[in-house]
Amino acid sequence: MRHTSVAVVNGKPRSPAVSILARHWALLFLALTVTVFSFTGRNFFALNNFQSIIHLATTGLLLASAETFVIIAGGIDISIGFLLGLSAVSSASTMQLLFAAGWSAPASIVAGISVGMAASIACGLAAGILIARFRVPPFIATLGTQGIAIGISYHICGGFPIGYLPPGLTEIGNGYLLYIHPPSGAWSFFQRPDGIGASQIKDLVRIIPFSFVLLAVLLAVLWHLLKNTRFGQHTYAIGGSMDAAVRAGIDTKKHLILVYVLSAALAGFAGIVDVFQSGNGNYTTFGAQLELFAIAAVIIGGASLFGGKGRIIASVVGVILLKVLENGLNLSGVEPFYRYIAVGLILIVAVVIDQLFPDLF
Amino acid sequence: MRRRTGFASFLGQRWAVLFFLVELVFFSFLGGGFFSLNGMQIVLFYSTTLALLATAETFVIVTGGIDFSVGFVMGFASVVSAKLAAAFDRMGLPPELSLTFAVLATLAMGLLPGFVNGMLVARLKVPPFLATFSVQGITYGVSLILTKGSAATNVPNLANVIGNGYFMYWVRGRGLSFFLRPDVPRGTNVVEIIPTMVVVTILFVAIAAFLLKRTRFGQHTYAIGGSMDAAVRAGINTKKHLVLIYVISSFLATLSGIIYMLEYVTGKSDAGSSFMLDAVVAVVIGGASLFGGAGTVWKTILGVLILSVLEMGLKMMGVQTFDKFIAVGIILVFAVLIDQFFPELIHKED
Amino acid sequence: MGYLLEVRDITKRFGGLVAVNNVSMGVHAGEVVGLLGDNGAGKSTLIKVISGVYQAEEGKIFFQDKEVHIASPMDALAMGIETIYQDLALAENLNTPANIFLGREKMKKALGFLNVLDHPYMQAESRKVLEKLDILIPSLRNRIRALSGGQRQAVAISRSIYWDAKFLIMDEPTAALGVAEQKKVIGTINLLKSHGIGIIVISHQMHDVFQVADRLIIMRRGEKVAERITRDTTADEIVSLIVGAETVAR
Repeated sequence: MRHTSVAVVNGKPRSPAVSILARHWALLFLALTVTVFSFTGRNFFALNNFQSIIHLATTGLLLASAETFVIIAGGIDISIGFLLGLSAVSSASTMQLLFAAGWSAPASIVAGISVGMAASIACGLAAGILIARFRVPPFIATLGTQGIAIGISYHICGGFPIGYLPPGLTEIGNGYLLYIHPPSGAWSFFQRPDGIGASQIKDLVRIIPFSFVLLAVLLAVLWHLLKNTRFGQHTYAIGGSMDAAVRAGIDTKKHLILVYVLSAALAGFAGIVDVFQSGNGNYTTFGAQLELFAIAAVIIGGASLFGGKGRIIASVVGVILLKVLENGLNLSGVEPFYRYIAVGLILIVAVVIDQLFPDLF
Repeated sequence: MRRRTGFASFLGQRWAVLFFLVELVFFSFLGGGFFSLNGMQIVLFYSTTLALLATAETFVIVTGGIDFSVGFVMGFASVVSAKLAAAFDRMGLPPELSLTFAVLATLAMGLLPGFVNGMLVARLKVPPFLATFSVQGITYGVSLILTKGSAATNVPNLANVIGNGYFMYWVRGRGLSFFLRPDVPRGTNVVEIIPTMVVVTILFVAIAAFLLKRTRFGQHTYAIGGSMDAAVRAGINTKKHLVLIYVISSFLATLSGIIYMLEYVTGKSDAGSSFMLDAVVAVVIGGASLFGGAGTVWKTILGVLILSVLEMGLKMMGVQTFDKFIAVGIILVFAVLIDQFFPELIHKED
Repeated sequence: MGYLLEVRDITKRFGGLVAVNNVSMGVHAGEVVGLLGDNGAGKSTLIKVISGVYQAEEGKIFFQDKEVHIASPMDALAMGIETIYQDLALAENLNTPANIFLGREKMKKALGFLNVLDHPYMQAESRKVLEKLDILIPSLRNRIRALSGGQRQAVAISRSIYWDAKFLIMDEPTAALGVAEQKKVIGTINLLKSHGIGIIVISHQMHDVFQVADRLIIMRRGEKVAERITRDTTADEIVSLIVGAETVAR
């Protein structure tokens, strides 16, 4: 059910136009940046580039979805960036070991995926239990599990990406649904058309990356979860008033644990995706700050750090906005350092808007 | 709530101190050298950065907020001070002046991020988490732009002398000399006593502790952390106060960055990023609550020492640096759990 | 006696402190009992024992003529004993139907196999129960945050009614309400009375209590010091009983 809201500033309702503008400011800003970059960026406004943006944003979108649930429930999870790394590293090393030991590629890949997911879920479970049963503040609990994830990751990989993985990963990770080669007219599903050699790749038009499909399905499931199920409703309730949820008979402890497990699972899955896309098991470096970008995206999307507000689709817009900014600045020849400044400024704008129009989202 | 009395309570209140002592003994047996003059000085030297950052964080956490920008303000300060010192040096100024001007200018500039943080939190009511994260990003971006991604070098060597110098030197037969290494023939045994930077750090930490504990400003800080409402109604200008708190935090972080620059003779944008986690952990180990209203500077320093000894000890044992994170993560959770289950133990005098 | 809810010889201690000392009282169906007393008199503790938040060290509770053990708030709710606390325990970020159905949401099948929240049903049912209580909330889709104090009180009451509360405990129902809204809430309580629900009201607003309570029970320092039939007493007498000028054994 859509909660209707009216923009009220200083007690006076504002016109519907202002309400709509403020509510969708992130989307509008996204449109604005796309327009600007189309002019300033080389090859920005191209199918290739747009698809590439979303393809590379896959892990970011997964992390932001994870954070969306946690933030709506009134908590926070700062471990997701390193859980991604833990999952990537542990799954890759499992795949590498088993494949080298003679297992078939599919079997070692499946085993690797299981290990990666298990590792991250274990951390999420630990955090959830600390938060729900021992009432450790979420920030601290996830700071703790983050530390453990970092330590274990480095133990496994020793500071180097893990290679020698079973073949076929990057074909799946970076594959597209449809390939067309206009000059020759050749086309095929799922892989490069036969007869197209390396020299002809630059004329290849690729349509819809596999990651799109993955994202579409996963995000739809998560959207459904939040909007149409009791689980989603209770998540909002817990974030809005833990008291009310408890008195309504909701098992808030179990629910919170589930939320953090879900978050960790999504982060773990993001790690797996990273392995498929890069072909290596990469640990998460310090400067990456993946979790902070995820949180920023969620806030930009309209959620509040106090909980009770937020939507998957809004977080998606937040992530896309940040990725478009990064990509556009890059293609416009601006040094990547400015990205940090841009994110910082946008975040401030997001929060100020939230302050001015508190009932809007 | 049952009052625990007697020896158990006495121990419980001081669990951090006990832990620290146990740590020292443990590592002394395994790696060696903590109880020596040299060993302790190494630990203290290593702790200077963290001590200042954690002290900065203490002020903010006592008000119930958090400052995510301290790590990158430190990096920013190291970069700016390094670049300024190099620039003045190129202009031909003698190293003493280059460094002095660079330090003073950096300290002044370092107040800015704190001011912005404070304004965002106090006037625009931005949650501290978000405000400081945004400012951190901006600060990081600016320092990256200044250095174009690499480190800032070409700092006059005087920095090294100051940064790595000692407060006192003792030579048998020559007596004590201060600040400057005495000129002695090679091979003479020179006993180095207390690195200068440690003295500087202790000085500022002591001032900070005094500020928080014995002044009206400190009292008001605790009041705001305990209940913003009550503080406002008591007539405290909370907006101005909060701005000052974040400025103090930023100042200490800047100082930390300058010291870093003096010690390593370079400026690095991400110098402080690995300290963020440790700074917060140190404050929490020291007994502060993340909700505000409790915690003191000296208890935070104890937390800092615990972490430093841990890190040095693990290093000496040959344990890889990143395993430290596991240990720190566990200690952190442990500290919070103790606070949960035995709140009266930690906040005995509150 | 025919009490709907009765407590006998209830004693509740916290360490060395006796919060409720040997208190006995009862409420009939369709009756409102005002529980009065100064701060620290033990009123809140007593109702928390009835609603399952606390367990008494001594004494018994009888509901619908049977002895019962109320070990948790869920037990009380299951029996039909609902408590509306001063802070209402509503989720501000959700709307009215969502709050009324919180924890007991109605689901329906979409696309044949998916279980989804049945929003239209919950909205319709909410409208019905609000009408039954003669409460006007213009837009059910608005978040609770946008409602006035009286409207929120009404939503909290509606929630209890919808789930067939047989016994209602209301802690300061009219505090922080404007005059017109106080009247509304009083009206609602009278309506509930006529439905046969037993109600305990804790309130400092003497005027409201006199309007709505049939009997008054006064507590002081954990003990029941007096019981009066409302129309046989005056506000002055009640005040002096609360404060302690007289003590009359039951």
